[in-house]
Amino acid sequence: MELICPAGTPASFRDAIDAGADAVYCGFRDETNARNFPGLNFSRDELAEAVSYAGGRGVKTLVAINTFMRAGNEQLWTRAIDDAAELGADAVILADLGLLAYAAERYPQLRRHLSVQAGAANADHIDFLVETFGIRRAVLPRVLTVAEVATISKRVKCETEVFVFGGLCVMEEGRCSLSSYATGKSPNMHGVCSPASHVRYRRDGTEMVSGLGEFTINRFPESEPAGYPTLCKGRFVAGGQSGYIFEDPASLDVLSQLHALEAAGVTALKIEGRQRGRAYISQVVTEIRKALGTLGGAPRTVTDGNALRKLSEGQRTTEGSYDKRWR
Amino acid sequence: MPATPMKLTLGPLLYLWDTPAWRDFYFRIADEADVDCVVLGEVVCSKRQHFHQPVLGEVIERLASAGKQVRLASLALVTLDRELKSSRHLAEQDDFAVEVNELAAHGAMRGRPHAIGPLVNVYNGATARFLASSGATSICLPPELPAASIKAILRDAPGIAFEVFAFGRVPLAISARCAHARIKGFTKDNCHFVCGEDPDGLPVDTLDGQSFLTLNGVQTMSSTCQSMITDVLALRAMGVAALRLSPQVCDMVAVARLFRAVADEELDPLEGLDHLRSAYPNAQFSNGFIHDVPGHRLVTAAG
Amino acid sequence: MKLPRTILQLLKPIPVPVAQAIAAAALGAILRKHPKLFDRLGEHAAKTFAFAPTDIPFAFAVSPRRGTMTVARPGRILRADATISGPLVLLLALAEGRSDGDAEFFARELSIDGDMEAVLALRNALDDCGIDLPRDLAPSGGPFRRPVETSLQALRTLLSGGNRKWS
Repeated sequence: MELICPAGTPASFRDAIDAGADAVYCGFRDETNARNFPGLNFSRDELAEAVSYAGGRGVKTLVAINTFMRAGNEQLWTRAIDDAAELGADAVILADLGLLAYAAERYPQLRRHLSVQAGAANADHIDFLVETFGIRRAVLPRVLTVAEVATISKRVKCETEVFVFGGLCVMEEGRCSLSSYATGKSPNMHGVCSPASHVRYRRDGTEMVSGLGEFTINRFPESEPAGYPTLCKGRFVAGGQSGYIFEDPASLDVLSQLHALEAAGVTALKIEGRQRGRAYISQVVTEIRKALGTLGGAPRTVTDGNALRKLSEGQRTTEGSYDKRWR
Repeated sequence: MPATPMKLTLGPLLYLWDTPAWRDFYFRIADEADVDCVVLGEVVCSKRQHFHQPVLGEVIERLASAGKQVRLASLALVTLDRELKSSRHLAEQDDFAVEVNELAAHGAMRGRPHAIGPLVNVYNGATARFLASSGATSICLPPELPAASIKAILRDAPGIAFEVFAFGRVPLAISARCAHARIKGFTKDNCHFVCGEDPDGLPVDTLDGQSFLTLNGVQTMSSTCQSMITDVLALRAMGVAALRLSPQVCDMVAVARLFRAVADEELDPLEGLDHLRSAYPNAQFSNGFIHDVPGHRLVTAAG
Repeated sequence: MKLPRTILQLLKPIPVPVAQAIAAAALGAILRKHPKLFDRLGEHAAKTFAFAPTDIPFAFAVSPRRGTMTVARPGRILRADATISGPLVLLLALAEGRSDGDAEFFARELSIDGDMEAVLALRNALDDCGIDLPRDLAPSGGPFRRPVETSLQALRTLLSGGNRKWS
């Protein structure tokens, strides 16, 4: 299985490759990708350099252009496709149907991967896009169990890629307007979720209060591990109970399922975290590369779960939807 | 008066109501509500599908004989084989119009005419044109679109009847996990249909007591009720063909009457909003999305 | 991550103007060596960032665009768009992109106040430009280059308890 690693900056791009990535995915410095954060992402020149650094080492560069074209501003997205093709990207990762149509028509030879943001959660959905736009690989949304991943992987007419580590969307990707409801900034249109521009921390007595826009997302008593106020991982009150109603602040970790994913026929494993620092990228890629190395013979995967847990939100990990009980 | 008056569509009932309440609701809609089209069917959770199957036939008949167009909606999140089969089955039948809420069902229509629901991502004219080329004749746009996007899509994709989500709690997200069951101590697989205890959804407040969201099974909705009654004339001027009213526990017949009166310029929009407050007394209204501000806010000419 | 008592004793008597001169010179050297910082910071380069180490008797306010550095005793209010506080060693490690800011924040080692967007831009810009304090702060030529770089490296090793990564 291929290991697909994130990079938010040229430095982390090189680190990911040096740590053992088979492919690195990244995006341009604008709303055309789902990690449109301040100070992050690649200029055209930086992407050109990255593609050449990767190519020289047999590593592929995948360019995520995985937000939805804002009506009236479509050129921003189509230009991103033009430039990715021109700069020699090995594939583009897309979600928007209009943009898929554009890429398929203009650059039929450029590999098209279906982004997780397309929310394609079943074989018919994926095959419709394979037949229509020549999708070569689909990144599966984090709403599926390992068994469902296997069913889809065996049935579809393209490769599949799944997330194995990193931040976890609780809601189906590409179909979540929680952020724009609270802040006006949307993952689909602006490439941001719970954006830093709307985040506020304040102290209230001994508690730290995190807020997003006008809403309180969490209160942390002293010494409890804190979390960034991602909407779906906040503490709320419902039905007379207060707590993490949607999900605890935790990261996805399905490294214990690598064998099952391989048996399921998955082509590629993806690490989330283009917004994370170089220290995270080096460490996570190294650990997972090690785990993949043991896949051939050993019956179980050995990884330093502790090291990875320290890099996780709330310093906790979950297998998310891959484990049926999570639902 | 515009050449073609705006149409009103009653969207699918997104909550789980018990069978008699569900049937009686639609009977009243058939008999009393001034809507052009009614979308029926379970969109949120396949586990709920069996509840209304026994009375679906008589509801369809009552609506049809009252002159309402009936559409059957497909599920929004399809992962299981059983769900996929039900989407294919829906697409293959010829008796009723279909509204698709994800692309497996769209593909299964094989180019035959159908409607696109608000949970399919249509953010630009190119996407709308592509869907039309594979059979879509009407599209209900995603609720988070600002006016500028609606205007541009309508300009770039002529020949499609566009609909806007004008009333009701906004469906904001869908998950494989059922937060509604979890909060009541159950898992999704053994949920005892506890979402049925909250026919208008279960409110989610912040730790500081602010109303924030609403749980509806695996779906997360806004706590506010979208009301575009003060935007109806602007939408009509843009060329929007229909307004979608999403059922809540309130007087939906009155809601339809108010939107119709405003669309026909027989009622002042702000007055319409006031009446809407009486039709749905506990609701807080919002229309932020179309005004390109956070969706939970309400923007009216009166401020 | 605790600062050795000896270091603290050495830092305590340093007068603010002296600390300010040293810090300003260090900032100047870093900004000269890493012009790409400005590119990534974008509009946020004009903002003022305060760094408030929780374990030394100084706090720092930096404005990258103006290239200014203000040093004050802790508790004195530094005007800033954003304030980052935590143990000195951790702040230095973050500056060098050797520690994962998110992870430290999740562990409550760091606290952040004010303009989060600016902090995020700064974090990403620092992460990319690969600051190496001993190398960047040593004079670029002349007889002092090697000894300064070596002693700073030794200091880094000491502070980070033998781990070359500060933390």
